[in-house]
Order: sequence, then structure tokens, then C-alpha cells
Amino acid sequence: MAETKSDILQGTLDLMVLKTLDAMGPLHGYGIARRIEQLSEDAVLVNQGTIYLCLVRLVQKGWIKAEWGTSENNRKAKFYSISKAGRKQLAAEAANWARVSGVIGRLLQLSAQR
Amino acid sequence: MWTRLRQTIARLHAFFRTSDLDRDFDTEFQSHAALLVEDHMRRGMNAEQAERAARLELGGLTQIREAHREVRGVPFLDTLFQDLRYTFRTLRRDASFTTFAILIVGLGIGASSTIFSVVNALLIRPLPFRDPGRLVWIANSGGENDLSGQTVTVGSFLDLRAQTKSFSDIAAYYAFYGVGDKKLTGDAEPERLTGVPVSQNFFPLLGVQPQLGRSFTTEECQGNHPVVLLSAGFWKRHFASDPGIVGRKLTLNDRSATVIGVMPSSFDFASVFAPGTRIDLFLPLPLTPEVDREGNDLSMVGRLRPGATVRQAQAEAAVLSEPIRVKHNRDELRFTLSPLEEHVSGRLRPALAVLACAVGVVMLIVCANLSNLQLARTAGRQKETAIRVALGAGRGRLIRQMPTESLVLSCCAAALGLVLAIAGTRVLARLDAISLPLRESVHVDPAALAFTLLTALLAGLVFGLVPALQVRAGAVHDSLKDASRGSSEGMRRHWIRATLVVSEIAFACVLLVGAGLLIRSFLRVLDVNLGFRPERAAALRVDPGSQYNTRAKRVAYFEEMLRRVKSVPGIEAAGLTDVLPLGHNRSWSAGAKDQVYSRSHPPPDAFVRIVSDGYLKAMGVPLRAGRDLTEHDNASSKPVILINETLARALWPGRNAVGQIVQYTDVDRQVVGVVEDVRHLALEQGSGCEMYLPIRQTDDYSSVDLVVRTAMPLSALASAVRGALRPIEPSLPANEFRTLQELVDRAISPRRFVVMLLAGFSVFALVLASLGIYGLISYSVTQRTQEIGIRMALGASAGDMQSRVVLQALRLAALGTLIGIAASWILARALSGLLFGVSSTDPATFLGTLIILTVVAAFAGYLPARRASRIDPMMALRSN
Repeated sequence: MAETKSDILQGTLDLMVLKTLDAMGPLHGYGIARRIEQLSEDAVLVNQGTIYLCLVRLVQKGWIKAEWGTSENNRKAKFYSISKAGRKQLAAEAANWARVSGVIGRLLQLSAQR
Repeated sequence: MWTRLRQTIARLHAFFRTSDLDRDFDTEFQSHAALLVEDHMRRGMNAEQAERAARLELGGLTQIREAHREVRGVPFLDTLFQDLRYTFRTLRRDASFTTFAILIVGLGIGASSTIFSVVNALLIRPLPFRDPGRLVWIANSGGENDLSGQTVTVGSFLDLRAQTKSFSDIAAYYAFYGVGDKKLTGDAEPERLTGVPVSQNFFPLLGVQPQLGRSFTTEECQGNHPVVLLSAGFWKRHFASDPGIVGRKLTLNDRSATVIGVMPSSFDFASVFAPGTRIDLFLPLPLTPEVDREGNDLSMVGRLRPGATVRQAQAEAAVLSEPIRVKHNRDELRFTLSPLEEHVSGRLRPALAVLACAVGVVMLIVCANLSNLQLARTAGRQKETAIRVALGAGRGRLIRQMPTESLVLSCCAAALGLVLAIAGTRVLARLDAISLPLRESVHVDPAALAFTLLTALLAGLVFGLVPALQVRAGAVHDSLKDASRGSSEGMRRHWIRATLVVSEIAFACVLLVGAGLLIRSFLRVLDVNLGFRPERAAALRVDPGSQYNTRAKRVAYFEEMLRRVKSVPGIEAAGLTDVLPLGHNRSWSAGAKDQVYSRSHPPPDAFVRIVSDGYLKAMGVPLRAGRDLTEHDNASSKPVILINETLARALWPGRNAVGQIVQYTDVDRQVVGVVEDVRHLALEQGSGCEMYLPIRQTDDYSSVDLVVRTAMPLSALASAVRGALRPIEPSLPANEFRTLQELVDRAISPRRFVVMLLAGFSVFALVLASLGIYGLISYSVTQRTQEIGIRMALGASAGDMQSRVVLQALRLAALGTLIGIAASWILARALSGLLFGVSSTDPATFLGTLIILTVVAAFAGYLPARRASRIDPMMALRSN
């Protein structure tokens, strides 16, 4: 497994999952993976299975909730939704992200000017 | 914070529900795959293509499941449990090794924990009193050994208590309480009880509260108030822990006394102040002038004021003692202080240290032995290791396997050891025959539990470490090389194993020398000329009742008793004494009439015994000169005395003592006989001066023992004597006969205790060391089957092979013994305080150890040697 990719972006993946669930409401693993693939243009997930590693971690942290439901093709699937704590975390992470990217952005501009 | 905690709990939870969660995950994964397949098919792939694409995109189920498990669970625990499962499987397969390992480590741990419990009770755990560190034993150092010299008078005690600034209070108990002084009569069988008179502040000073009722009042300790406190043991034994006991009246020595309370079971006077005895009652000690006139008879315990040290208190007491001595006109008064804890168990410290070291050495031998076995096992498990490596087991995992196995073994062994330790301490706590202080409080407590666990972990690590390092060094290459056909064992591994065996032998040698020295000392002690013959003699308490209130009545009672007892068939001799050997002692000064004494040249102190005629014969004390006492040495005849040889030499050196006059404060006594010295204090101690006064010529005794010499068994003797005495003593307590041998046995019991344990340890060590030799030689014979076969094919005889193998064993033994003997030579000096009649470099012991080890090593080598000599060269060369 090419771990470097997912290692670097692990924190980012958490944020992505949270944001996806926040924006789109309850989704099953396939839906989330699809969505992230579309948005990231396949940069994050080496293969879709790894999304479950992120999901179980977030569930254990209490940021998302999982419930058994039925998928479009009538199969048993787990639907994930963001929890209250997850929303809080999302807000904090988003703010942090904005700040970091702002700093990095300014820094890069600075070096470009020279 | 919360998130972390939540996650940890969830992970642990997940760890225990692995299979459930795996199933959940599989379901989820499969529906994901189905969705993906459908998607692809919608985009125009056929079913086969879609499934392939989906699998590529999604990843393998097994890998993701593994990763999922790792993320949600506790991977460390997972591998640990895997290792443990694997370990248990391996150990089950190797049942004989497992049993043997658990057994020897269990025995080792059991012994260590038991000894630790004893050491803990005696040396580490504080005494069961309030703030015991501030309690100080205050002795009078007037005499070396006898109780009279160590105690003080009531007056001295009161003065010291009044004048001291270092102590917040000082309490005392009456040291000359007699064992069995109080005869309890009434509803049940009459019984002799032992009561200790204590000062009013004794219990408050120690910080002990009665569990029922109350302590003594000041008023009760002033006059002769008939009140008693019961010890917890007596209350339980005699009154079945009756909660309504307070206020009951008991008849003690024909007088009524009221029970005012019961002491708690945590307070065991005897185990602290008088090991090996039993205390039933506590009585108020009246600090009156009458008691003062009895002379030195109080033992003192003080409680230091906050901030004061024993040293300051000692300095102060040294200053106070001289004026107090002069005021009370005593010959000797020098207060000598020591922390109470030291007084109680200080004397046992060297013996316990020896035992603790011995048990540590035993544990080392156990570890060496197991290391060796584990090494042999790793050698035999190379195929298994190779397969594991081939299957992708990491080196770390392989190295970890050995310590895991060792720890599992040692933990199982710890369970066994704990059971043994609990049993051992229980037995020890109940062995009344051993007079160790605080013996009753020896038990496996949390500290001992922790110690056991720690020992197990440490042992597991130690004996798992060497084989684990071996895995690293050996790796796969060596194993391939070693396993190739026809080659012998790798030198390196053999070298490690030989070193382990040699160290085992060396350790066993040290233990054997130590045990040998102590056993020889013990035998010397048993061989000591006691001055009396304890075999076939027994004693019975026969204090005259209160109705015999004049000397004439008492003498008549004694005469009648002796006449009746002597008429019992089978009784060879009978006599009376006030003290039996190896018990309490008192001494008086005894000077020769023709000498002038002063303070700088005092008369010698001599132990006093008040005896009747027939006593010497009953005890078997040989008469050296003059005559024995007779029934005519009575109140109306000339005062006489018997003295021992030491006193005779001290008073009239080089002269015949018979016919000389011994002078006392009140009366002059003529020496009529000289008897052999009797060891009254301890078997290991010389006798000192002794004198015997006729019981018909004095009233100065507080108890009377009847001593009889007979070949009858104790039970027959008891009923015969009771029958003979019934007319004059109807309420003779039952089963009170003690053989004199019991007294001797009790006196040597601490020594016997140490010797037995040490002997046990060294036998265990010897067995382990011989197993070590046997294991190594046997293994090397197996490894060299082919070599031996070749040698024999080339003409070596069976005898050659046999002697070669035995010599190999003997070389190991010789090296180990050499190191062991050298170490013992140095270490044995630490034992010198425990030795008696044997020097720490006793040649016989060292030679004996040498012989034992050689014989054992030869035998351990002979068994594999015989096997080697029976190897059939054809078979050996063809096999493998």
C-alpha cells in the first residue's frame, strides 16, 4: 500500500469526510468515497476501501454516527451522519485550515515576489 | 481530552468484539463493492469487467480488514494475544518441559515469597502498636543474660519515669510473671494460665485499646484489685468469644477476679515480648513498696517525646541512672536503650539475612536452569523458527517469543508459588514449637503479593533473556549450519550453556557450604553437655494452693507429694524446683564468708534454684563432690547450699568448696555439695555461677515444678501421677506434663528453623544443579551421536566413550566447585555469628561439599555416558 499519500493527507481526509457529511447529510461509505474522489480528482484515496479506516476512527472519536440502513440497490449498508461534536470539530478544523492556508499562501506569494 | 478518552474506550471495546465488528465490516464492504459493480455496469462494462474494476478500485478485502482492525482496535494487544495463544499452544505441546519448568520455578518463588513474608513480618512491617518507631526498650545492663540483671525495681522505674525529659511516658510489665502462674478453677477442667501484670499506662503507651470492655484504672493499679483483662486468644479458646464476658467472675488461684475487658487479636504480647509462649491474662501491676522490695523485676518500654532521639534519651538515662542507683541502694543500674523493634527482632536479623540470600541464590539457580532448558529448546526448534521466518515473521516477533514464553511460564509458576507461600506461612504461623517473635503475624500480605509478582516477572525476564539473545545471534544462518548432517553443536551455544551449568554448580556449592556449616553447628549444639539429662524426664506444675499458708504446711504438702509420686511404679526419681532450665532466671549475689567484698570487688552473681531432695537425681544433674540435699535439710537444721563447679571455682579457686560458707545478706549457708554446671540460659551459652537452696529452708519461690524421671510414656505418666496425687490435689490441671526434651527443643527451635530451611534450599539447589549437568551432557551426547558412532566404528571402546562423557561432566563440576568453594570461603565469614563450635573455614564442611558435588556430578554424567556407550555405530551412522 502506498501509505505516504494517505499519511500526508490523513488529517485532510478527516476534514473532507466531515465536510461532505455536513453538506450532504447521511451517506454510506460508497457515497462518501465517490464524493471525495470527484472533488479531489483521485488525489486522496489510493483505493476506496481505505475510507473505512477513516470512518471507523471518526466514529470512535464521536464526531460522526453510523446507522444501518438500506442502500439504493436494496442492500444493507451503514449510513454515516455528522454529530454535534463533529460539527464543532469541523468548524474548528475549518478555521484552522483557513488560517494555515492563508499563512502558507502569503508565504508563497512572498517568495514569488523576490 | 474527552475525544481521546472516548476513542480509547471504543478501541478497547472493539478489541473484545473483533469477530462481530469484522462481520459488520464485511457486510459494509460487500454492499460497497456491489454499488461499485452496478455503477461500472451502468457505464457499459460487462459483469466480469465491472467486478474486476471494482476490486481494483476498492482494494483487497483481507488487507483492508486487517487495517480496519488495526485502526479500530489495539494492535499491540492483538499481537500480544497472538503471541500468547501461540505460546500456550507450544507449551501444551511440550507438556513435560512445561510441567517441570512450572514446578521448579514455582518451588523457587514459593520459597522466596515465604521467606519474604517472614522477613516482612519481622524486619520490615512495623510492630502492631501506635507509632512504633518511637517505642524504646529500656533495659538494665547490670547482668549479661539473666532477667534479674536486665530488669529494674519499682522505685528505679518510678524515679526514671518522673525525671526523664526524653520520654513522654514509660510503662512497665512484671518480667517475672510465671508461665502457668494462675490456676483457673470453676466450671470446667482446671487449667493453668499465664498472666502478665502490667502498669496502668502500659496499654495506652503502646496505643492498644481493649476490643471489649476497658483497660485498667489508676486505682486498680494501686492496691490489690482482683480484675483481669483477657488476651484475644484465651477469650476465643476458653470462652468461645463470648461477647458477654465483661463482668464475669473467674476463680484464679482460689481467688475471684472480675473480667473487665478483652484485648484485640492484633495485640499479641507474647509474640513481641516473649516469643514462643502463650499469654492468657493481663493483671494490674501494683507499683507498691512491697513489690519494690522484691528487687529487680520490671521490664520497661518508653515512648519518646516528639523530636527526641534514642541517642539523646540514652545520654539522659546515663546521667539519671547513677543518682537513682545510689538512692535505692542497688548494686547495678545502667539504663540501656534500644529501639523496641531492634529488641524484638534484632537478634534474628543475621539469620534472616542469610535465609534471604540463600533463597535469592536458589532463584538464580532456578533461572540458570530454565535458561539452559530454553536454550536447548530453541536449538531443537530451529525448523519451527525457520518456517516462521519463511512465513514472514519479523525478527522482533521471533525474539519476543522467548521472553513471552518465559513470562507465561513464570506467571503460572507464580500462581503455584503463591499457593505454596500461603501454605508455608500458614504452617509457620501455627508451629507453636518455634519460638520466633511475631511468628503468628507471618502471612502473605499485599507486599508479599507484589513481591511474588515482581519475582516472577524478573525471573521470567532473566531466564528468557539469554535464549532471546541467542535468537538474535543465532539467526537463521547458524541454525542452518548447525543442523547440517554430522556436525556437532555450535561452540558458542555450547559455551553459554556450559557457563550456565558451571554457575549453577558454583551457587549450589555456596549454599551447600552454608548449610553444611550451620548443620554442623546445630549438631554441635545438640551435642552440648547440658549438665542434665533431658531424655526420660518430665515436669509438672504443682504450686501449693493458698490453703498452704505457712512454711510448715507447705513442706508437709511437698513431702506428701514426693512420697506419693515416688511410690508410683515406674518412676525412678522425683524432685521439686522453682525454675526449670532454659526458662526464666534470677540471680543473687553470693559471696564467700571468708572474703571481703566492696563495690569495686563485688561478690559473684549466681543463678538461684530452690529445689528439694531428689531433684538432682530426677534431672540427672551429676554430683561432683559432697552430698545431695536430704529431707533432713529443713527449717530446724543448719542452713545448707549446693553450688555448681563454676561458683566453686569463683569463690574458692583451687580449694575444696565442700564445708565452706556462702554468705548472704540474711543467712550463712554451708556448702554440702558441688554439682556439674547446668546450661540454664541457652544451649549455646556457658552456665555461669549457680546455686541450689533447699526448698524446706526458704520461702522465696513463686512457683513449684515437680520433675520426675521415668521410662513411662507421657500419657501413662500423667494419669498415674494424677491418680497418685488426687487425695492431696484433686484439681490438678490436665495434660500439663512437659517433657524436658520439649524445653530443649523449644530452646533450639530458631536454630533448627534456619538450619532446616537452609538445608532444604541447598538440597533443592543440588538437585537443580545435577539436573543442569545431566541436561547438558545428555544433550551433547544426543548431538554427538554420529561423532560417537564414528569413534566407535574406528575402534574406541564403550568404556572409552563412557569415561570421556563422565569426564566432561566432572570437568564442569570441578570448575563450578572451584569457583563455589572460593566464593564460600569469603562468604562464610558472614555466617560466623550464627556458627557454634565450628569455624567458618571448617575443613570438614568444605571437604564434604566437594565430595557431594563430585559424586552428584559423576552420577549426573554417568547416565548419559551409559547411553553413549550403548550407541550402535551402524545405527548412528545410518540415521539422520
